[in-house]
Amino acid sequence: METNIKFSLRKLDFYYGKNHALKDINLDIPVNQVTAFIGPSGCGKSTLLRTLNRMYDLYPGQRAEGQILLDGVDILDKKTDLNTLRARVGMVFQKPTPFPMSIFDNIAFGIKLYEKVSRAELHDRVEWALKKAALWNEVKDKLSQSGYSLSGGQQQRLCIARGIAVKPEVLLLDEPASALDPISTARIEELVHELKTEYTIAIVTHSMQQAARVSDFTAYMYLGEMMEFGRTDVIFTNPSKKETEDYITGKFG
Amino acid sequence: MQRFAIQDKIFVSLAQLFAFIVFALLFGILVSLIIGSLPSIHKFGFGFITGTAWDPVTEKFGGLVPIVGTLVTSFIALLIGVPISFGIALFLTELSPNWLKRPLGIAIELLAGIPSIIYGMWGLFVFAPFFGDHIEQWLIDNLGNLPVIGFLFQGAPMGIGVLTASLILAIMVIPFIASVMRDVFEIVPPMLKESAYGLGATTWEVVRYIVLPYTRIGVVGGIMLGLGRALGETMAVTFVIGNSHDISTSLLMPGNTISSALANEFTEAVGKMYTSALIELGLILFFITFVVLAISKILLLQLRKQEGNKD
Amino acid sequence: MFSPYAKRLLLNRTNLVISGIAMLIGLMALGWILWTLVDFGFHGLHVKLFTESTPPPGSDGGLVNAIAGSLMMSFVGTLIGTPVGIMAGTYLAEFGQRGWLAPITRFLNDILLSAPSIIVGLFIYEIYVMRVHHFSGWAGSFALSLLVIPVVVRTTEDMLRLIPDTLREAAAALGAPRWMVVTMITWRAARAGMITGILLAIARISGETAPLLFTALNNQFYSNNMNAPMANLPVVIFQMAMSPYDDWHNLAWAGALLTTSLVLILSISARILFKKEQ
Repeated sequence: METNIKFSLRKLDFYYGKNHALKDINLDIPVNQVTAFIGPSGCGKSTLLRTLNRMYDLYPGQRAEGQILLDGVDILDKKTDLNTLRARVGMVFQKPTPFPMSIFDNIAFGIKLYEKVSRAELHDRVEWALKKAALWNEVKDKLSQSGYSLSGGQQQRLCIARGIAVKPEVLLLDEPASALDPISTARIEELVHELKTEYTIAIVTHSMQQAARVSDFTAYMYLGEMMEFGRTDVIFTNPSKKETEDYITGKFG
Repeated sequence: MQRFAIQDKIFVSLAQLFAFIVFALLFGILVSLIIGSLPSIHKFGFGFITGTAWDPVTEKFGGLVPIVGTLVTSFIALLIGVPISFGIALFLTELSPNWLKRPLGIAIELLAGIPSIIYGMWGLFVFAPFFGDHIEQWLIDNLGNLPVIGFLFQGAPMGIGVLTASLILAIMVIPFIASVMRDVFEIVPPMLKESAYGLGATTWEVVRYIVLPYTRIGVVGGIMLGLGRALGETMAVTFVIGNSHDISTSLLMPGNTISSALANEFTEAVGKMYTSALIELGLILFFITFVVLAISKILLLQLRKQEGNKD
Repeated sequence: MFSPYAKRLLLNRTNLVISGIAMLIGLMALGWILWTLVDFGFHGLHVKLFTESTPPPGSDGGLVNAIAGSLMMSFVGTLIGTPVGIMAGTYLAEFGQRGWLAPITRFLNDILLSAPSIIVGLFIYEIYVMRVHHFSGWAGSFALSLLVIPVVVRTTEDMLRLIPDTLREAAAALGAPRWMVVTMITWRAARAGMITGILLAIARISGETAPLLFTALNNQFYSNNMNAPMANLPVVIFQMAMSPYDDWHNLAWAGALLTTSLVLILSISARILFKKEQ
């Protein structure tokens, strides 16, 4: 592959208790590109995303085996500090998750975790993140209002701004637009496009059109297995496997 | 960021410590009651449960009267309280118009919120005289001469006594039982009820043949919860039961329960054996309520598990 | 004779009417008790209640020593019980997925919630009063705190469980450690419900008499010495109501009206607060 690799997954298996949810996944996620995970629901695409920041670790009975190399270091290693890992690998969820605090504090929360910044610097950083997420103009006059006062689309951009504000290296997006209206969805997609110059992005989506629009690479998953992975234009125009073609052309799924 | 990991460890351990305190509390209570009862257990042995003597002067103690009093008052309270609670739960879930549900629900919760000492005062000053004058006389005249159950209704219409205490207990347990019943009735899937209505069943038939069988475990759990409450209720009973250690077969005569004996006598009890005998009564009460409440909890958990499996 | 269908309808009608009567009985009991309180207690409400201490029989007085004692002991009891309850409830909801401690504690806590409160009084008598050889405000506060704990544990756990996991994940995804996720995100999101629980706990202990009988006992005089026997409304009401003196009865009814109003206002406002946030 012609690009640098951010994440390398080697022989990754994942279990929910006894349920074998991911089977022998091997995958390279390139730097500063958008990689999309597609497949029918229950195929393991969200599970795969949640291994990349070890979010599953919050729950007992869930475990991953194999290797996930982030810049060459295995994050499945016992010694990995989960908090620092998650600060490097940000995540945005299906439904907006504003914290129960003001818009400003929503963004400042993450920044203050790992950096000692002055009040002025903090303010600049919040402004920077909100501008990046294309939300600044809409909220600049009501930064002290509750995050819940925003519309759904705005809340989701707030969450993206919150994720960017800590300056992660990777951004994981778990169906970030599935709960939004078409206009908000379009804005989020634009945003993904702009953000990829600075961040490596992995996105899970159930919409093939969205995957085609926003991603550079696409991974097609089925029943916990990686069926096909490659450049998005290739996957969508000339898939090598019949299953992929069936899914993409809407014959099943 | 090793700092965060250490802070996390401290916080989680702290939370765990406090959870452990709550866990240990019940055992602490049990152990302290056992230690306190040891002198009495040594002296009277098993006979404490079957003995009826209660003589602080000669230090002879037997707990049969308060133990039986506790069981009898709670039993009668359930006998009266359960049907009424069921009626209330039925009314709240199936009959009440929507706008009335909230205020009626709050009214029932208020009944649960009134402190038990208020029930006691009301019982002593208002209910007992009313009951003695109007109802007890009738019971004595009309039921006192019946063959099998007549002995329960003999004596003088004093107002206070075992039956009065039971009635007040019944009112007190109604809100607890009714609210559990209402909650479990509400988990019945609407589709199930609608299918029965679809066959032409009446509201009563739906309740009798669909709702009740479906929620049976939870209903029993709610009744047990009410029983647990009734067994341990202290102040309301203390006011109206008359506090007598004499045995009597009539429900109209004064009696005693474990908790009212404790409330009345504990601070005035002189001598190690007297105190110890009272603590042993407390231990017996604790044991009975623990078993009853544990059964209630297990039943309600089972209903929830059964629900969870269907999802 | 009735047709089978008419019989079914009749049975239905009868049983529904009976259920309505049951509802009426419940409402009548509530109405009767509340009316009694107002009828007997209202004329006793007087400034003196809040300025003078409990009198000997036959003379004038108020309840200020009992009110002050109740406030102090409820305050200290809540102060001790709340943090224990919140931390234990937090453990059950946030960290209790692994191991045996959480399920068993949850079970035992629910039993404590309904256990006879007089037993709690006996327990404190055994482990504290007997050791220091005197009744005291502290002992009363300890007994009350043991009644606060199970209520707060239960509501804290229930309220934290209502917070969706995605909110915790969102905070964790920024690299926040668990303790910050709990204290700054989930506690904050569940705040209204947790305060409701504390209010309900205060309401519960405000009317409790049995656990104070052998812990705080009573005190005829105004005292804010937590190390001495302490007057409190429920026990004062109990002793006055059981006495043969009419003026004591009147004071007891006034105290009963005060206590019940406080308890009911607390529990209603707790519910309103909770409903509003929902």
